[in-house]
Amino acid sequence: MLSYFLRRLILVLPVAFGVSVICFLLVQIAPGDPLTAIMPVDATAEEQAAMRAAYGLDKPLPVQYAIWIGNLAQGDMGRSIATGRPVAQEVFGAVQNSLLLAVSAAVIAFPLGIFLGFLAGYFRDTTLDKVVTALSITGVSVPNYWLGIVLVIIFSVNLGWLPSMGAGPGGSQDWAWDWLHMRHLVLPAVTLAVVPIGIVARTVRALAGDILTMDFVTALYAKGMSRADVLRHVARNAAATALSVMGLQLGYLLGGSILIETVFNWPGSGFLLSNAIFQRDLPLLQGTILVLALFFVAMNLIVDVAQAAIDPRIKRS
Amino acid sequence: MSVTESFAQTPDKGGPAQPLVIVRDLQKHFPIRGGILGRTTAHVQAVDGVSFSVRKGETLGIVGESGCGKSTTARLLIGLIEKDKGEIIFDGQALGESLSLRDLRRDVQMVFQDSYASLNPRLTILDSVAFGARVQGLDEPEDRARSLMARVGLDPDRFAHRYPHELSGGQRQRVNIARALAMSPRLVVLDEAVSALDKSVEAQVLNLLTDLRREYGLTYIFISHDLNVVRYISDRILVMYLGEVVEVAPVDSIWQQQAHPYTRSLFSAMPSMDPDNRTKVPPLAGDPPNPINPPSGCRFHTRCRYAEAVCKSAAPRLGALPGAPDHLTACHLHDAASGHSRAGMGIPA
Amino acid sequence: MALAESGPLAGAGAQKPQGYWAGVGARLLRDPVAMICAAVLLALILSAVFAPWLGLADPYKGSMIARLKPLGTDGYPLGTDEQGRDMLARLIYGGRLTLFIGLMPVVLAFFIGSALGIVAGYVGGMVNTVIMRVVDVFFAFPSVLLAIAISGALGAGIVNSLVSLTIVFIPPITRVAEAVTSGVRGLDYIDAARATGASAWTVIRVHVIGNVLSPIFVYATSLTSVCMILAAGLSFLGIGVRPPEPEWGLMLNTLRSAIYVNPWLAALPGVMIFLTSLCLNLLSDGLRSAMNVRD
Repeated sequence: MLSYFLRRLILVLPVAFGVSVICFLLVQIAPGDPLTAIMPVDATAEEQAAMRAAYGLDKPLPVQYAIWIGNLAQGDMGRSIATGRPVAQEVFGAVQNSLLLAVSAAVIAFPLGIFLGFLAGYFRDTTLDKVVTALSITGVSVPNYWLGIVLVIIFSVNLGWLPSMGAGPGGSQDWAWDWLHMRHLVLPAVTLAVVPIGIVARTVRALAGDILTMDFVTALYAKGMSRADVLRHVARNAAATALSVMGLQLGYLLGGSILIETVFNWPGSGFLLSNAIFQRDLPLLQGTILVLALFFVAMNLIVDVAQAAIDPRIKRS
Repeated sequence: MSVTESFAQTPDKGGPAQPLVIVRDLQKHFPIRGGILGRTTAHVQAVDGVSFSVRKGETLGIVGESGCGKSTTARLLIGLIEKDKGEIIFDGQALGESLSLRDLRRDVQMVFQDSYASLNPRLTILDSVAFGARVQGLDEPEDRARSLMARVGLDPDRFAHRYPHELSGGQRQRVNIARALAMSPRLVVLDEAVSALDKSVEAQVLNLLTDLRREYGLTYIFISHDLNVVRYISDRILVMYLGEVVEVAPVDSIWQQQAHPYTRSLFSAMPSMDPDNRTKVPPLAGDPPNPINPPSGCRFHTRCRYAEAVCKSAAPRLGALPGAPDHLTACHLHDAASGHSRAGMGIPA
Repeated sequence: MALAESGPLAGAGAQKPQGYWAGVGARLLRDPVAMICAAVLLALILSAVFAPWLGLADPYKGSMIARLKPLGTDGYPLGTDEQGRDMLARLIYGGRLTLFIGLMPVVLAFFIGSALGIVAGYVGGMVNTVIMRVVDVFFAFPSVLLAIAISGALGAGIVNSLVSLTIVFIPPITRVAEAVTSGVRGLDYIDAARATGASAWTVIRVHVIGNVLSPIFVYATSLTSVCMILAAGLSFLGIGVRPPEPEWGLMLNTLRSAIYVNPWLAALPGVMIFLTSLCLNLLSDGLRSAMNVRD
């Protein structure tokens, strides 16, 4: 197990390196001078050159990358051009909020998706199966930013039950586990949960359906096992695959919440990213994407290892 | 114009005495990757120091258990995989020196075991047969393909525009033979080419192969695990074990006397129709050892009832039997100087 | 290898078993859901293409006095937007850019990803390692994040959206193409073709492409729905199509301010995105089962 973990860890390193290169290059592909935003309009050529040198922009790209990665290793992701505060500080505050949203959505989506998928797979080709299948295909087809708006129209505008904006009363930035704050979480979390419900339900349906038709299930019945016992066996066999799908979905929820955060003005990483884009705050853009991508990489690693722990066959392949 | 005239082979360069193929010390090891860094941790010694020659116009049968390196040898011969070491000399020209791989491929063709997997399911029979001729820029590839289809017993009007899944196994194998012949090769490597066929179809295809060889002056390397089939079609037989040659001899000679204990076990495992000719030697027990870490010395010593210390320490050389210069074997029992207690005396009767 | 590239070979790979595709077509025609979806998509595409000839109002011309008219208003069957522009015209004209940016990246990625994957799968070795490791790196980004990151860095614009979305969809298609090609590469008919002395390109063209393209194509169709949602999403965020162009995602964005005034009008562009994406998904599923490709 430890050797498998180490092997996976070593495989992750080049990927993490590649991710950092892409994040570094993001700033390079951006049109215009990254310093335009802070360069005084009347700066002379010498002043401009001095400023470029101060930011290390006069050096060749690989050197710039080395400097950037060196700073990164010390936790220094540069400063936000818009606010002047350290990028790391901005990002980690926002990622906490995003994580809160993503985990809440997962808490809604995974049990529901597993339940629905299992029902559909167990009662394959019945009306129930068709309803669940239709629901899950609707779930994966719906543009969730639009669904968010529809939910706001229903529950905020028409019914007035739930707030439509922010993460707390009066634009509060500090999260607390009370109803006043949690009300704000309901709509974005439900909206974000819809796609993974569809995907998890689809996956679990296919797994349960396939496994139930496999020979060994028949053998279990033949052995005189009860329905509940057979179900438990089926569940364990499907767990490894379902787990990997859900792990990836959690990663997608965190990295993909930007649209939902925009709809609900949720002060998370997506919201930060969208601000960074419009203020052309490239260091902030770069830092946010790097953190989210590395989180996704780490999530993949955890999923792989957990999967191998459940299903020893995976380790060998 | 007959088929034979229009399908000219490349001219003979070395004359009749020059063997068509000489293989010297051929070696192919496949790396096995593993460990934390995915380094090469071991090698499968698929083919290890194989030497033999094939005379012009003869059929050399190659036999051995699965995994002994028969198919790897075949693929090395037609350049589908690259050799690690050794020489392949075709009609006096060494591959990679005076002979390019592309030239070799004009002269050497192969028929594979799985008749279905060896035909592109999306091409018609005609396109499959004509492909090689088109690639080589031969004249009128479709006419060649049609007349060859007719020659192997497939009516071109009926079969030309069919797809492989519409044919039977025997018909597909005829297509594969026609495709190989479309290149006007001088050597055809038949890798278990009839093994997957029904017995009656197998006999038909074997007869066809025999006729074609005579008609086109072909040379065959015929790989099979079926000794009866090999005996029927071959002039000489080569026995491989774990990537090495253990015995080479003319069919009659090896049928009379199997010099190597492995060959003897292989032959004794063959079911006999003759009640007087019952199995006397116990057949081989167990699977062949792992070719990743083959046994030291003689690779067969772990399964050989005559094995002694010398068999474990020293690898026997391929040498002629006394009084039979074309019957070669690699066994300490036949080498008077080997130090084996029965050195030079052969297998006890 | 000049010989191999010459005329007579040209048609060899193009001939496919007619029976197979006829069967797929027949099965698809018998699938009512797939057929309805195909009809809806066809209607959307045709109305978008022929929008100028449908006698619609000018989608760019606003009116200060006719802003946010509700659905069913005289002269404005689907109401008007926040600048008083006719919603029906804008929704139909909006299909042009939305469908183009929503589908084109998958088409481009299909060609580029298939080429990369086939080369990686056929050639193997170092070429495979280099291509597939780069693909792995792109897989480390959730697709939404990658699209937003590239579009965000490049800035708004139609071309930038196409570029970023194409980059997002190349890696998954490459992965599938590589896997399928590696499988085909190991079959004897490839070895038989190589043994004729054909160049790698000829073998790929005649023997590989015809056998790998359909599974890659089916996989690519399953990506179109996600691509539609993402493309409109970029415009929704303001980093896709620029105003005043009609585009469903952008319209959804600009109408957000109207949800307290005329909420259902504000939701209309999203209905179009949803409808398209749902039909794309169902049609892809139908195609998949018609071709008997397992999940």
